[in-house]
Amino acid sequence: MTTRLFFPSQWDRRTRTLAAISICLVFFAVIFIAAWLYGDQGQVTELDLRKLPPSWERPFGTDWLGRDMLARTLKGIRISLGVGLTAATCSACIALLLGLGAALLGRTVDRLVTWLADAALATPHLVLLILISFACGGGARGVIIAVAASHWPALTRIIRAEVLQLRSADYVKLARQLGKGPYWIARRHLLPHVAPQFLVGLLLLFPHAILHSAGLTFLGFGMPPHTPAIGVLLAESMRYLSMGLWWLAVAPGLILIVSVLAFDVLGNNVRALLDPKTLRE
Amino acid sequence: MLEANMLSFRYNRQQQWLFQNLDLRIAPGEIVGLPGPSGRGKSTLAKILAGYLTAVHGSVLADGRPLPRSGYCPVQLLFQHPELAVNPRWKAGDILAEAGQPDAALLQDLGIEPAWLTRYPHELSGGELQRICLVRALTAHTRYLLCDEMTSMLDPLSQAHIWQRVLDIAEKRKLGLLVISHDKALLDKLCHRTNHYFATIADFPLLTIRFP
Repeated sequence: MTTRLFFPSQWDRRTRTLAAISICLVFFAVIFIAAWLYGDQGQVTELDLRKLPPSWERPFGTDWLGRDMLARTLKGIRISLGVGLTAATCSACIALLLGLGAALLGRTVDRLVTWLADAALATPHLVLLILISFACGGGARGVIIAVAASHWPALTRIIRAEVLQLRSADYVKLARQLGKGPYWIARRHLLPHVAPQFLVGLLLLFPHAILHSAGLTFLGFGMPPHTPAIGVLLAESMRYLSMGLWWLAVAPGLILIVSVLAFDVLGNNVRALLDPKTLRE
Repeated sequence: MLEANMLSFRYNRQQQWLFQNLDLRIAPGEIVGLPGPSGRGKSTLAKILAGYLTAVHGSVLADGRPLPRSGYCPVQLLFQHPELAVNPRWKAGDILAEAGQPDAALLQDLGIEPAWLTRYPHELSGGELQRICLVRALTAHTRYLLCDEMTSMLDPLSQAHIWQRVLDIAEKRKLGLLVISHDKALLDKLCHRTNHYFATIADFPLLTIRFP
């Protein structure tokens, strides 16, 4: 849908989808490589270059200690992406195990998992995140555990429903009557349905995980203040906003939003690519 | 001989019996019709005969043996809706290969074009899909074929074409056929005899469906 706006209309949908996916991947590669190339430049204080507004030389300006904001933003988004990716991956794996367990291991497990998912969904998200992160001692570890432990219910429900629906599907029952064993059916019938759901669910979890890890850090329950995570940058910039140092908040905020949107575009386009109904359009 | 002995079935204890003490015999090479209005349990009976469901009472024997719990079932069922009987993520070639290498002569006989085999189910019409399902069900190990409204969504021309082929194959291989349909004319034309269990019970109670 969004791809139609950005790419030439004479490209077919498959080409546009592939183009969108490549652009997102290139964007993330650029972030990681640039952050790595910058080294520790973001930490160096140059007091004669304090509070410079954005210019051609320093596109994101400098902060109150003369640190280059572009370098800090890139390092920050890299840290946030790393934390978000780890947390989302853990969360998606939890969701996969619980979803498969609920669908395959009988009624009792199903009830337990469904109840857990309902309970987790009913708890206010941010409160749960803050509690778990605080209980785990904060830091990157606390954020990862908190985000991983609070983001599985939606994907768990999707996977459970998918497997339950497949188990009762005529073509799966028919495979059994054709003499296929349970492992063959799991590999050939279940896997091609569950794997794309898992992959897309994982990709669409990333933006949530990144935003929530930044949010936790912004509130002071996440990363320690000396790491240049996006949440820390945003929290620091609050104090200087009233002094007119708008670029301190705009640059990291913009990069954060663009990264989150990029993951969303990536997830939706991968889904379109994996679904046979939209595969060839 | 495919034998159903004193079959009784209901989906759960709260519901009425769909059928009770039903007897049915299909000899190899015989074509039996099963007419009756909708919602009376004809499809459920077919599912029991093909091993998809287990009867509450009674037994199903194929050539003297109960249906196998695992392995290839000699009784194969063709569904009314072929699009539900194929994996939407598989190409038609994979769907056919699930039952083993399809017979090239049979493919040609049923007018299945090689180009179809590289398409996904949603890219094929209902009639094309039903023919794919038919070939999948007609392996050398199939002894009895249950056709549950197999051609009711096809136009008369392809209907006639498919049935002509099925009759040829059934005669050649001595298959037992059960034809479920509410099209009386079709059954009269096709079948050696008809079983009127579902057609005659005029005051048969309709299924009571409870909505929660």
